Amino acid sequence: MKISANWVRDFVSPAVSDRDVAEALTVSGIAIEGYFGEGADETWEAEITTNRVDAMNHYGVAREVSAIYNLDLAPIDPKVSTSVPADFPIVIDDAAGCARYTARIVRGVKIAPAPVEIAHRLELIDQRSISNVADATNYVLNEIGQPTHAFDLDKLEGGKIIVRRARAGEVLTTLDGVERKLAPEDLVIADAVKPVAIAGVMGGESTMITYSTKNVLIESAWFDPASVRRTARRLGMHTDASHRYERGADPGITQLACARVAELIVASAGGVASQEIDVIARTIPQPRIPLSSSEVQRILGVEVASTEIIRILHRLGFVIEGSGPEFRITVPTWRLDVEREIDLIEEVARIYSYLRIPNTLPSFAGGVVELPNARKQAELRSRLLALGYNESLSSTFIPQEDARFFVEGAANAEPVRIANPLSEEASFLRTSLVPGLLLQVAYNLNRGNSEVRLFEAGHVYAMQGETVDEHNSLAFVGTGAARESSVHGKPESLNFFHVKGDVERLLAAFEAPQVTFDRTVPTWLHPGRAARAKVGDATVAIFGQLHPEIAAARKLKQDVFIAEVFVEALYKLALHQPTYTPISKYPAVERDFSFVLPDGVEFESIRQKLSALAIPEFKAILPAETFRGGSLAAGTYSFLLRVRFQSAERTLRDDEVANWALQIVKAVQALGGSLRQ
Amino acid sequence: MYSVPKLEDFSPASLDAAAAELLAALDSESKSAESQAASDPKAFEEFRNRWMARKNGLLTQVNDLWLKVAPGPAKRDVGQRVNALKQKAEALVAEAEQVAASSGLAAKLKSESVDISLPGIARPLGVRHPVLRTLDELISVFVKMGYSIAEGPEIESDYYNFEALNFPPNHPARDTQDTLFIANQEQRQQRDRLLLRTHTSPVQIRTMEKLEPPVRVICPGKVHRNDAPDATHSPVFHQLEGLCVDTNITFGDLKGTLDHAMKSLFGSDVKTSFRPSFFPFTEPSVEVSISCPFCGGKGCRPCKQSGWIELLGAGMVDPNVFGFVDYDPKKLSGFAFGMGVERLAMMTYNVDDIQQFFYGDMRFLEQFS
Repeated sequence: MKISANWVRDFVSPAVSDRDVAEALTVSGIAIEGYFGEGADETWEAEITTNRVDAMNHYGVAREVSAIYNLDLAPIDPKVSTSVPADFPIVIDDAAGCARYTARIVRGVKIAPAPVEIAHRLELIDQRSISNVADATNYVLNEIGQPTHAFDLDKLEGGKIIVRRARAGEVLTTLDGVERKLAPEDLVIADAVKPVAIAGVMGGESTMITYSTKNVLIESAWFDPASVRRTARRLGMHTDASHRYERGADPGITQLACARVAELIVASAGGVASQEIDVIARTIPQPRIPLSSSEVQRILGVEVASTEIIRILHRLGFVIEGSGPEFRITVPTWRLDVEREIDLIEEVARIYSYLRIPNTLPSFAGGVVELPNARKQAELRSRLLALGYNESLSSTFIPQEDARFFVEGAANAEPVRIANPLSEEASFLRTSLVPGLLLQVAYNLNRGNSEVRLFEAGHVYAMQGETVDEHNSLAFVGTGAARESSVHGKPESLNFFHVKGDVERLLAAFEAPQVTFDRTVPTWLHPGRAARAKVGDATVAIFGQLHPEIAAARKLKQDVFIAEVFVEALYKLALHQPTYTPISKYPAVERDFSFVLPDGVEFESIRQKLSALAIPEFKAILPAETFRGGSLAAGTYSFLLRVRFQSAERTLRDDEVANWALQIVKAVQALGGSLRQ
Repeated sequence: MYSVPKLEDFSPASLDAAAAELLAALDSESKSAESQAASDPKAFEEFRNRWMARKNGLLTQVNDLWLKVAPGPAKRDVGQRVNALKQKAEALVAEAEQVAASSGLAAKLKSESVDISLPGIARPLGVRHPVLRTLDELISVFVKMGYSIAEGPEIESDYYNFEALNFPPNHPARDTQDTLFIANQEQRQQRDRLLLRTHTSPVQIRTMEKLEPPVRVICPGKVHRNDAPDATHSPVFHQLEGLCVDTNITFGDLKGTLDHAMKSLFGSDVKTSFRPSFFPFTEPSVEVSISCPFCGGKGCRPCKQSGWIELLGAGMVDPNVFGFVDYDPKKLSGFAFGMGVERLAMMTYNVDDIQQFFYGDMRFLEQFS
């Protein structure tokens, strides 16, 4: 809010510059974050935290200044004639909603523009001057923080005010011209016939001050914060009054504020003010809190002298019993935020100044504990970085179609919907990292970045009964060339085996003796160029080429290869613990076998057959080359198999290698293959 | 081309003349072989074979044509002279071979030279995300100060995100949080209703529920707010939360700890400043600024010319919070702090639009290589 430096000086005026005052306020909890104007017109932009409603006015800021500089604060003492009796009945029907209602009547006013000095002050703090009467209430709001309201007395029907809850079906057109449908939990100010104001939020149009108003009723009340907040929120209204009432106005200031408004109205609009009507439905208790110097020291780490504690709290309006080290502190009515000893300690600390408290470091006898999966997570991340994938972050929010489409068994898992999403496209929580990465691929391709390598690690979500299941996932994506065309060589396009190789490199981080691959893959992958990796029964990854139809639908004009890694399943495995195997001193022998195989016999079946021979000297079984067409019969292909033999104990003899070669040929023949002539 | 002549007579004079002629021819041919070596690696081989081959090389021919046919009385003298000649010839050939070899290698190396001004073959290295890299640095500072890492769910209940952090139901402080709520929670008790955590502070509660003091944890993580995306707002961002609880933890410890951490992070010249603030879950609460590490306090864009940057919210743990986790506020005290990671990353790397962090734009990410 805007604060006028000069207005603050009405009440306390330290012999330092306005700028010094502002800086002292900032250090003590009223943050001045901007400066405007010069000289008598200097104003500050004050950032006042929600708990400090007492400082959201000039007198409240002045009180802070008086505490900081240890200066007296000038009292506000309105002069109002008290000879005219007040004969206007006011009834509080709802003590929970309205603790106190103070009013005065001013008869015979003449509505006119406000006096220059009032209008000028309001304009300095960005408030529009309206009229002498309206400005009087606004001036008092900004001077001492109490919201007040002026009714046109002659528009109040039935000659009385009732503070009550709204009745079903009641409506009220508020000052802003909007018709409000009231609900039974809304507190209203009513005359004998109808609601005339929404309590603590806004007055009604029918009873507002106009240029024909002659007689005025000034309302200065205390409304319950929760009640005002509920109504303001339900109606989507936020006013200067509701802002203060919601945060807790001062229940002790209704009389002073009412008198001050009356004084200003009489001074600027003439008329005669009545005596006060003050209805108290309940009293708001003022806490009396024990405070001890030792507790101040235990929390702050510094000893604050009793005299300083007393001085600070006294200047802030607290009433102190005792001279230390034990005190009893009565909280002023305007500090509804102070309820406990710790709150008092904060008051002492901020005026004492945080900057005066010496910096110390706590001693510590514990040890640092790592999260259970931290090392596994770090290992996957560093492998992906080493493989050339850039780390990415994408949105948590995805559209409904994507939430269901990219997740296996989507029928069972209900995606999580946001009640108040930022947009329709962002109304679900991601169930998979795949759609987010695909969006990022599209973003890149649309901007001419045809080489994309990204990975993301993050949470995915699904409803699980009443709760949300939230777990870690990992995905990576690549599109473009595995090697770009350049002066250095021919291009090589990215293909399925690059992704498979990268998946294998990730899985190799774990102790996973049996990784198997099959073709059980979701529909968003290319059925012929995708695979599932399993460790035992657990699926640890699915990967391959994005289905060309999905790619086309997302306007991705190049082949996209993507992998989803189910890290929670991987985390059940131990990290691979390397152990050293002595390197053989004896030479390895390599043999090539050229087979013709029927289509459908895959490498994996050959590998399994040869593994089943259980010959420890088989060090590597490598697919060296495949070929189709030429002189080969349809339905067959040639396959060059390379096997490396080596013993750790001796040089291999020709006859044993020949014998193994025979076994290899027999094994492949059993699969329908034949040695090429 | 030189060929070994038959000798008419075997007198010393005649032999000397023939030897001189042979050496002259050898010398001239070796020079030519040497010079060809650079362009034709076979030339020297041919030269050597022509002269040195055992079978029908020119020196062998000298044996056949001069020594073998020399008459008896001259044989001894011819033999000595032929031997001397052969030694000379062999030495010449060996010398020539060295010259040829070195000029051949030089030529080979020259032919293999490349244009070193062509760009290198850049094998791709992945790049850490700038936000997570910033988070890594923050984490490492606090881990060195004895803080363990704690985690919590991103989908929280009202209880953990608000109530146990001393945000009472319907309290205005909740308004500042711009919470995103999970749908269909109306039937549940307010405290059980699910939402996207708006800060990492719920992890404080979860940690204290699980652990006996002393507690020193940091909680890095993702949080969400109902903030429309623009250059400085993102509905998804990261925070780092810290919590230290023990007997006799003071506000001075809070100040000292954060001052030490900021100096570790930004250098020992950085100064910290502390001023009152308000958070429902801390009392007293504080806002921590550092002297701008980018301009040294002179004023620049990241510090908005003020020389200071507001970086952390912090405070002493509110006794009400201890009440929710059954810690005794009379015996224990502690401090908590929190900061936004994107903001720090934006200042550190001079990024002017927070949205850049979430596009996955290769041109952006690769700048952090």
